[in-house]
Amino acid sequence: MKARKYFPIFGLALALAGVQQLTQLTGTAYYLTQMTMTAYYALLIIGLCLVMGYAGQISLGHAGFFAIGGYTSAVLTTFDLTPLLAKGNGVISILAASGLLVSRENLYGAALLSVNPWIACIAAIIVTVLIAFLIGMPVLKLKGHYLAMATLGFGIIIFRVALAIEIFGEADGISDVPGFPLLPGIIVSGDFSNRVQNYYVACMLLLIGFILLQNLIDSRVGRALRAIHGSEEAANAMGVNTSRYKLYTFVLSAVFAAIAGIFLTHYNGGIGPSEAGIMKSVRYVAIVAIGGMANLWGALVMAALLNFLSLRGMFGSYDDAVFGTILIIIMLFAPHGLLRLQLWRFFKKSSRDS
Amino acid sequence: MTSQLFFQYLFAGITYGSIYAIVAIGFNIIYNTTGIINFAQGEFVMLGGMIAISLHTLLPLPLAIGLSVIITMIIGALIEIIFIRWLKNPSVLRMIIITIGLSILIREAALHIWGEGVRSLPYFNGNEISTLRILGTNISPQVLWVIGVCSVIVALLSLFFKFTSLGQEMRACAANRLAATLCGISTKNMVTFSFMLSAGIGALAGCVVSPITYTQYDGGTPLAIKGFTVAVLGGLGNSMAAVIAGILLGIIESFSVSIVPLAFQDAISIALLLTILFVRPHGLFGSKEAAGLKEF
Amino acid sequence: MTLLDIKNVNKHFGGLQAVSQVSFSVRQGMIKSVIGPNGAGKTTLFNLISGNLPLTSGRIFFDGRPIHGLQPYQIACRGISRTFQNIKLFPGMTALENVMIGRHTRTRSGFISGMCHFPAARREEEKIREKSFELLQLLEISQHAEVEAASLAFGQQRAVEFARALASEPTLLLLDEPAAGLNIYETAEIARLITKIKAQGITVLLVEHDMSLVMDISDEIVVLSFGEKIAEDIPSAIQQNREVIQIYLGDGDA
Repeated sequence: MKARKYFPIFGLALALAGVQQLTQLTGTAYYLTQMTMTAYYALLIIGLCLVMGYAGQISLGHAGFFAIGGYTSAVLTTFDLTPLLAKGNGVISILAASGLLVSRENLYGAALLSVNPWIACIAAIIVTVLIAFLIGMPVLKLKGHYLAMATLGFGIIIFRVALAIEIFGEADGISDVPGFPLLPGIIVSGDFSNRVQNYYVACMLLLIGFILLQNLIDSRVGRALRAIHGSEEAANAMGVNTSRYKLYTFVLSAVFAAIAGIFLTHYNGGIGPSEAGIMKSVRYVAIVAIGGMANLWGALVMAALLNFLSLRGMFGSYDDAVFGTILIIIMLFAPHGLLRLQLWRFFKKSSRDS
Repeated sequence: MTSQLFFQYLFAGITYGSIYAIVAIGFNIIYNTTGIINFAQGEFVMLGGMIAISLHTLLPLPLAIGLSVIITMIIGALIEIIFIRWLKNPSVLRMIIITIGLSILIREAALHIWGEGVRSLPYFNGNEISTLRILGTNISPQVLWVIGVCSVIVALLSLFFKFTSLGQEMRACAANRLAATLCGISTKNMVTFSFMLSAGIGALAGCVVSPITYTQYDGGTPLAIKGFTVAVLGGLGNSMAAVIAGILLGIIESFSVSIVPLAFQDAISIALLLTILFVRPHGLFGSKEAAGLKEF
Repeated sequence: MTLLDIKNVNKHFGGLQAVSQVSFSVRQGMIKSVIGPNGAGKTTLFNLISGNLPLTSGRIFFDGRPIHGLQPYQIACRGISRTFQNIKLFPGMTALENVMIGRHTRTRSGFISGMCHFPAARREEEKIREKSFELLQLLEISQHAEVEAASLAFGQQRAVEFARALASEPTLLLLDEPAAGLNIYETAEIARLITKIKAQGITVLLVEHDMSLVMDISDEIVVLSFGEKIAEDIPSAIQQNREVIQIYLGDGDA
């Protein structure tokens, strides 16, 4: 009974493996690069789906959290600490002594001492959690238009900071981000030799994230979130601490975004300010909306489809226009999402007929 | 700071502030009749400027501007008729997403029509270097044009809402949509008209300010955010307060240049917006009780 | 023993005095009703007790501890449960799920255990489901457990809301016009139900318009008019009270 719930996920895992085998057979393994990136974006999008679809709170600043994760990790793993160590900085020497720093060679062969990617990853998540809490506490008291504008404003500030501060590389962003040795023998990086491996890492991460969220939605907390979406007042009267639940959900989805940002930054070997742009945030919201808001599978499928097509350059210079058009059409004609449009009605009818 | 520099900043602030106020009034007009915040408001300003620039290659300046305002008004009306009119009780979330989608579409269309380049209308009087001496400082005559046109817009609008029957019907709609319908006012037409009106004033503002700030396809979003900041600062729906708030924001921004790096200028208004939303979401001049009755 | 103690409660909306200097107490195990004509401030008083509106001044004690100034969810956690005048069921959720929300204050699983589906969380979920289904059976609507709550008939929705309020095993149940919009048979049904709830040892505070319901089942009645308490007594005495008759029938004979 309980195991049946996981059948679709087994199916998905098989399909993902099948796709990899197919690219192998047809000699189109280069698709895997975009698929890997797509999986990371999808991780962010299912997190946003929890906030928007289930808790009913719009966030137009989720690219900001992606960027916070990516940039923090990128800065920590590329910033050269050798001069500081030479100067005898106490903190740095302690870090170095405890093995939290790694040294490698940069492009020009000079020795470079920077933070261990694992430590950088954990630090990036902590930073994201802190910022999400600080922003979420006041912002989530707002509703509707105000919430939309406030989160949009947050996203723009992150974009400006990335663009204006030297340590974040200004308009060029940060490059030369090293690989992330996840497990012995498994490195998250853009090396061609690691391509298949990386595809599976991204898929695993996405599947784990998906299972966690699906479980959450099915639990006491998920029920409370749907209640908040339905009527905040009634949920509160039933003993649900609505502001805390909204905040935790927001922070949780920010962590999903940050993890996507961290891994994608290592995979791409860098990150630029466009990742923090408003259009990115709007695009994520669009995909959740197209997937049907309160529909984790819809968000996943649409995220995979649209991001992949977009990353393959299918929409050319009309990329944003395509997203805008799809967004409007869906919101006008199928506010419950594309997947539920006809199928759902069809099922309802046929079940009534029988 | 010398007094000359002071007045220079002050005039710059008032110039930008007037534009923000016009965008904010555009927000308010639509908000009052529909309860919607039109996220594509800034795009009307951009469109007004762009269309006038294109028309100016064929027509004299006043005609180009007039025609551009009319075309933008028609676009505003079409947007309402095609995308908004027939929706029955759309949720706030749905309307936010639709108007965001519209702003993306308008921006992308502008990108493909006019390209990424920066364009501008010529100065209405003289050129970039011609100046007037006022209060001991040199300012461009275009600054007076912006301030003058914006004041005229505000004055005409308040006369319109007070004395014309159409204006009164729109106010009735804003006060109570259901009651207005019962009195035989076609609220649907009022909504279309409010879109036309706010598109029109946005376009006019976009034309007068084009020589100073230039017009670019993606100039709408920052303007929309600043306009929204101003609308919230004044209290959503309150247009007279928006004028004061707009000039206030313009002045704060222009003086902040001497303290904060230019790259963060946008961040200032956003920080202000966030602060206002957290501290006084009903605005500086709005009442808390009244704000409680509005549906956001 | 006094369960709920309301002391000099005031509420202004701008210049309007919606509730003024109201005091009364509810003893454990009784059914107490608040009646009064439209606009008397009954529902406002209710929202003050449940924390949905902040007090202008005054104090409210529950079980000897102050609850004024607490958030609604905190008050719910103390053991006060409520229904709404215009039924507020959660749309898009089944009747059973609606009742399951009511178990929220009695259960623990948080984000982490929810995401990982720990065995403890699963067992708790099983118990929530059982208990909620029992409540639907008690209210004789268990056959609609898997139906979306919003698509049920009005009377059934009311029953689901009752079940949801009872699911938190409250000490005090606040019922806001439970008979509103119901016909006389359904009202009689509600009366039977409320007595049943009382028999389980739950104290009930009732706001009601329908006099027949109130007179039949209440142990004590408080009468409000223009935000002020004008009488508090047993039902038979209230029926004789001149002032009450006046405000209900107009002051033609005065």
